[in-house]
Amino acid sequence: MPIHAITPEYKGEVLDKFENFNGNQVVYVGWDHHLMFCAAFAYPLPPEMLFRTLLDDVIPEAFSLHPEFSKINWDKAEWLLDGQPFIPQLNASLIDQGIGHKSLLRFQTPELKGVQEAGI
Amino acid sequence: MSKVYIALQDNDESRYIVEAIEEDNPEATVIHMPAMIRIEMEGRLTVLKETVEEKMGRDWDIQELHLNLITLGGNVEEDDDSLSLHWNE
Amino acid sequence: MAKKLNIKDKYRLLTRDLDWEYSYVDKKDAFPFEEFEGIKITDWSKWEDPFRLTMDSYWKYQAEKEKKLYAIFDAFSQNHGHLNVSDPRYVNALKLFLTGVSPLEYQAYQGFAHVGRQFGGVGARVACQMQAIDELRHVQTQIHAMSHYNKYFDGFQDYSHMHDRVWYLSVPKSFFNDARAAGPFEFMVAIGFSFEYVLTNLLFVPFMSGAAHNGDMATVTFGFSAQSDEARHMTLGLEVIKFLLEQHEDNVPIVQKWIDKWFWRGTRLLTLVAMMMDYMLPNKVMSWKEAWEVYFEEAGGALFKDLARYGIKMPKYAETIEKEKEHVSHQAWWIFYTHGHAAGFHTWIPSDEELDWLSEKYPDTFDKYYRPRWELAKEMEAKGERFYTKALPQLCTTCQIPMGFTEMDDPTQVCYRDSVYNGDRYHFCSDGCKEIFDDEPEKYVQSWLPVHQIFQGNCGGPDVENVLSDFYRMNLGEDNMDMKGSPDEKRWKQWKGVA
Repeated sequence: MPIHAITPEYKGEVLDKFENFNGNQVVYVGWDHHLMFCAAFAYPLPPEMLFRTLLDDVIPEAFSLHPEFSKINWDKAEWLLDGQPFIPQLNASLIDQGIGHKSLLRFQTPELKGVQEAGI
Repeated sequence: MSKVYIALQDNDESRYIVEAIEEDNPEATVIHMPAMIRIEMEGRLTVLKETVEEKMGRDWDIQELHLNLITLGGNVEEDDDSLSLHWNE
Repeated sequence: MAKKLNIKDKYRLLTRDLDWEYSYVDKKDAFPFEEFEGIKITDWSKWEDPFRLTMDSYWKYQAEKEKKLYAIFDAFSQNHGHLNVSDPRYVNALKLFLTGVSPLEYQAYQGFAHVGRQFGGVGARVACQMQAIDELRHVQTQIHAMSHYNKYFDGFQDYSHMHDRVWYLSVPKSFFNDARAAGPFEFMVAIGFSFEYVLTNLLFVPFMSGAAHNGDMATVTFGFSAQSDEARHMTLGLEVIKFLLEQHEDNVPIVQKWIDKWFWRGTRLLTLVAMMMDYMLPNKVMSWKEAWEVYFEEAGGALFKDLARYGIKMPKYAETIEKEKEHVSHQAWWIFYTHGHAAGFHTWIPSDEELDWLSEKYPDTFDKYYRPRWELAKEMEAKGERFYTKALPQLCTTCQIPMGFTEMDDPTQVCYRDSVYNGDRYHFCSDGCKEIFDDEPEKYVQSWLPVHQIFQGNCGGPDVENVLSDFYRMNLGEDNMDMKGSPDEKRWKQWKGVA
């Protein structure tokens, strides 16, 4: 039963459906084992945005505050898309490579251990 | 065995209630914290109207306990003469 | 002279005898919410109120409590009691209390007034009516108490407006909305039992003792005055559970599921209290972990042992909850510190003495996982680059807290969970929050998640600054940002005559 309601066949209104975001989709980006940033960041992005644009123009603004950010070797970074291993195609759009509305992208940089090597 | 507990505001009335509880429940532990007094013990903790009245030197209704009570833990049993706390185990 | 009635007779006459048989309407139409949750009540007369409080005594004792309370408020205000608090940082805990907790008292009033109408048994109805009035008293006395601080400190001015809108206040607001949108029995298990019996103790007992320890006469007084009602509420909560479990064996699994849900929801909500205890009280009484051990593990453990005879088990995820006591206060304060530009109160780096206290209280986790964060924050502050995060966080769909909680067995990795429902993906901070969603997705697809609402353009804008100033009504540069350099700090120094 999807809800225990007094009203038969009760349906909730989906507040975060794609249509509500003025053409954007929400994409979350997190950096594993780097808790200087308390949580993954949320971005409203056009589904047609190229991955390259996400990497070059979106991610650096908030993430570059981290002292290790400039040391990331993006060729070696490992990615997870919604929990599954993922190899991004820089010149393909988000939506064409399966990064959909409310997808979570996580990147991992195993050689960088965070501030004081404490996962920060 | 689990502990029941009762906490009272640290004030002039509670002082007598705590004295009465200590007298009627010699096994109880009394813990003073900022602004409050916490009393805990294993088994059954009882507040007796008669003892509180004796300490206060006046009539005291068992329900007056509510005025100074902060919290309690355990099943409550109350009648005209006493209030007690216990866990069923 | 007429003989005085004893408590039992008085309770029978002034409570049970207030009910009547319905000749003109079917009982199901009179109490339409009583059956849809699947709870079976066979005999309402088995309801027991151990305190047997009747309305006449209720008014008498409540009036006495109010007289005491307001005498103290007067004294506090006349004597400029705000100057006696330990440190102006302390006042920020009150800002969070007024915006985050006091409006819950009002929601509790609304909830109990509603269920007090919906129960078929008169004993339960009268008990809920008293509790509804208590909750109204709590919100009123809290607003009165804190109105004094509003004259001297920033951040108190628009608590009710903020409660409905500000991102972190959606956490407590949605918690109560969830409970109130449930049926009457779930509400009682959620608020009457899970919240009142175990969890409010953590808010009102050690925190209020902390208020006393920090020189705040007004808060400790309203806190303990509220808590004097709470002892009755707790007893009501326990009676509800016992009553439901004794009425019918089919109620047991339903009640267990609600206990699992609401203890988890409650522990997430109490994360706010955890950080208030560990980070916002300059004079410490006990750590969050210690308070948790006394009021949850010890008291809750005794409670669940008692309930075992009905087949009720410890809440699900109790083992995760036990591990979380080492971490959640630190993770929560880091969320707020790094979002200090978007908070309606001030945040700060703990002093060196406080860091040492945290190391002592959390020997297994603080130095390893959390002290380095503060060292990083200090370095950045020293360079004139106080760390404020620059993008908006991902939120948990269920508890609505930024997804900053970690795997408890891997405390450097954020815990990510998700579910796909009707083609949409939903994210959760924990197994507990995911399971709550999965059980009733049609409820939680309606979560009003502040970050998504901002993206949808429902909170003004275009920039976050506009959202904060126009939609949230924060006075930017006064209510938010670091304690260091704040107008609150400047005024305090003037009052105290220090440079």
